[in-house]
Amino acid sequence: MSSGEDGAPDQLVEHLSMGIDPYEKNWMRASIILLVIFFATVTVAGFSMGIQVVGADAEVDPRIVTDSGPWAEPGVRMIRPGEYEAYVIAQTWAFVPREIVIPVNSEITIHVTSPDLQHGFKVTDTNINMMVVPGQVSTVTYTFDEIGEFPYICHEYCGRGHVTMAGVVKVVSSVGEEGTP
Amino acid sequence: MSVVDRPPSSSEYEPRFAGGYDLTRPEKRFVGQHLFVAIVALMIGSLMGPLQSFQFSGVDLYPYLDPIIKSYYQGLTLHGVLNALIWTTFFIVGFTAFTTMKGLGRSLSHPRLNQFGFWTMVVGLVMTAIPILTNSATVLYTFYPPLKASWAFYLGLTLVVVGSWIEGWGFFLTLRAWRKDNRGVRSPFIALGGIINAAMWQIATLGVAVEILTMLLPWSLGLIDNTDPELARTYFWFTGHPLVYFWLLPAYVSWYGMLPKQVGGKLFSDSLARLAFWMFLIVSVPVGFHHQFTDPGVPQTWKWIHALLTYSVFFPSMITAFTVIASLEYGARKNGGTGLIGWIRALPWLDPSVAAQLLAAILFMFGGIGGLTNASYSLNLVIHNTAWVPGHFHLTVASAVTLSFMGISYWLVPYLSGRQLWSPKTALVQAWTWFVGMIIFSNAMHVLGLLGAPRRTPLGDATYVPEEWNGHLLRVSIGGGILLVSVIMYGVVMVKTMRTERVAAELVPTVPIAEPIRSAQLTPVWLDTFKPWLIAAALLLLIAYGPQLVDQIWNMNLNAPGPDSTPW
Ligand code: HEM
Ligand SMILES: [Cu+2]
Ligand SMILES: [Cu+2]
Repeated sequence: MSSGEDGAPDQLVEHLSMGIDPYEKNWMRASIILLVIFFATVTVAGFSMGIQVVGADAEVDPRIVTDSGPWAEPGVRMIRPGEYEAYVIAQTWAFVPREIVIPVNSEITIHVTSPDLQHGFKVTDTNINMMVVPGQVSTVTYTFDEIGEFPYICHEYCGRGHVTMAGVVKVVSSVGEEGTP
Repeated sequence: MSVVDRPPSSSEYEPRFAGGYDLTRPEKRFVGQHLFVAIVALMIGSLMGPLQSFQFSGVDLYPYLDPIIKSYYQGLTLHGVLNALIWTTFFIVGFTAFTTMKGLGRSLSHPRLNQFGFWTMVVGLVMTAIPILTNSATVLYTFYPPLKASWAFYLGLTLVVVGSWIEGWGFFLTLRAWRKDNRGVRSPFIALGGIINAAMWQIATLGVAVEILTMLLPWSLGLIDNTDPELARTYFWFTGHPLVYFWLLPAYVSWYGMLPKQVGGKLFSDSLARLAFWMFLIVSVPVGFHHQFTDPGVPQTWKWIHALLTYSVFFPSMITAFTVIASLEYGARKNGGTGLIGWIRALPWLDPSVAAQLLAAILFMFGGIGGLTNASYSLNLVIHNTAWVPGHFHLTVASAVTLSFMGISYWLVPYLSGRQLWSPKTALVQAWTWFVGMIIFSNAMHVLGLLGAPRRTPLGDATYVPEEWNGHLLRVSIGGGILLVSVIMYGVVMVKTMRTERVAAELVPTVPIAEPIRSAQLTPVWLDTFKPWLIAAALLLLIAYGPQLVDQIWNMNLNAPGPDSTPW
């Protein structure tokens, strides 16, 4: 039906207000306020609470990455007491190294890359969670403040051995107890 | 509608433009062909799902499938492609052809063009299916390089997309022809909504189109040796996120524009329904980096911008929640419903088409809340690529969308074929078993994800599974078992319906089209015009995607050849 039967002034009012119900207007206002709160939360969490997502850190050539440099000898190294770095290669279908051993309360920076397919690197019970993409280096820094074993699992499909692809971070009371490093 | 006996609702009004237009026999057959392909794809694709879920608790049925399906991953590729890409796309294009014709009250302006589009999609589907079934494209439905599928897989998917574009052009031309004959008249919502979705799809699929044509297809044909996997991911997610809105908007067309009529009510606000669709057109695309929060090679700033934009999708979603619920309430109260929430009982829950869509909407509310979590920067780190994610999208695409489409098919298939629905009771039980099965399945998957279980993994074989996952893995299998029953019931209802005798025209279900409470003519013109919204969409895309996309293309490094031998 066309608008013919409605009185003209009414029609104008409806026109201006798009015929939006007052309840609906309030609902929309509330949605916008919630939205602003979300924006603020994401921003605060992203910038000031030290939550770290991977960024554009470094690029490598996947064809030769394991030939020289740190990736030729993947593993954990102590930079200074309480500070470690690890170079991890994710390849079909294993992580090298399979074990990262560090003392509790030390900070570790982990770099992961892949010479073949895409893989994933997620350390259970932490917020370390990265994609591993050939050509890119995924880097994260984290402080382990609890003793225990934290498996790292490949969570991107990478072929038939994908289900077997995992390693473990062992956080120990002091280094030496477990041999390495 | 009329599937279950109900007193006729007091609003037997059909908008003038829909004027009782009945599709011609060939038009009905054309829409029906889309639904046929869609439903066959769903039946085959869905059967893989329960097998996956049984595997989780150690019941490995794959050896019995050996001649066809060689591995969990091959089955998962079939599951993802057939369900998420084929069932959805064919149903949506068919349904949009239907709402365009029925809504505008006329035939397609270029029926040959649309037929050509449809057959292009079918050829594409066959080309995609052959390599999947011969285990030469076990790359999952995301086909991340350098996993290398047979060239036929990439070409086939391209043809499916191109076919859907061509059909989209047919819809635009039809709308244009209608506008010429109806100057000053607002286009009917069900037609406009579907066509907005088709427009969004054309923009969104540019990402995979470029990915396949400039990188994957030449690489699989041996014309180039290497890929840039990170750039490929950026291309993929340019399409991958709006893909979910492409699935969802046709369900919204039904929730806003049809379901209210099925419950004896009206569309609460035509203006807001349109506003929501236009907003989806604008904000669906420039949010893809929220799938790449954990990717190396994308700077944090862009991730943050896309996180904010992702939240803006919350706004049209809230409009939808309000308008749809208000429309349903309006109908329920007219049918005697009372009380603050008591009116819900006055909805026609015994109509399987209504029940399926209401249950779909309820599951979607849970899905929406989970989605807010996924999009949050910090929480995403906990759940990215864990079992949480399939837990989430089985509430959205596999329930809100799939169960709604099933509900639609409960009147649409009878309407198109001139029959009545076979055993509405079975259909009703089907909807409820889907609901119950999915709640169990999805809840368990969410919990597993929080505990750290990876996705895309046959967890029944994994060595790192701790004791505490076992109960949840079992619940995944139980949910999957209930869903298996539900899928089979759906197939039976469809097949049996098609095998009943045709009935007299007045016994065939009518098409439910909800009249807006205030005449659509009162909706402002700017809510019925493509131009400003397309310009806004293009601008936002340029600002929010342009710089990083240009940067990644400019610095493209084709250096990843992949492994020497087939990895699956
Ligand atoms: C019959 C009921 C279903 C069951 C029991 C089921 C089960 C599953 C399971 C267990 C997975 C996870 C596999 C993994 O991550 O290792 C999965 C993945 C998936 N499902 Fe379903 N599913 C069902 C129906 C559907 C439907 C109807 C759709 C879409 C319309 C769908 C779309 C998907 C997609 C896109 C994936 C992800 C595939 C991938 O990661 O590559 N499923 N399903
Ligand atoms: Cu891997
Ligand atoms: Cu893997």
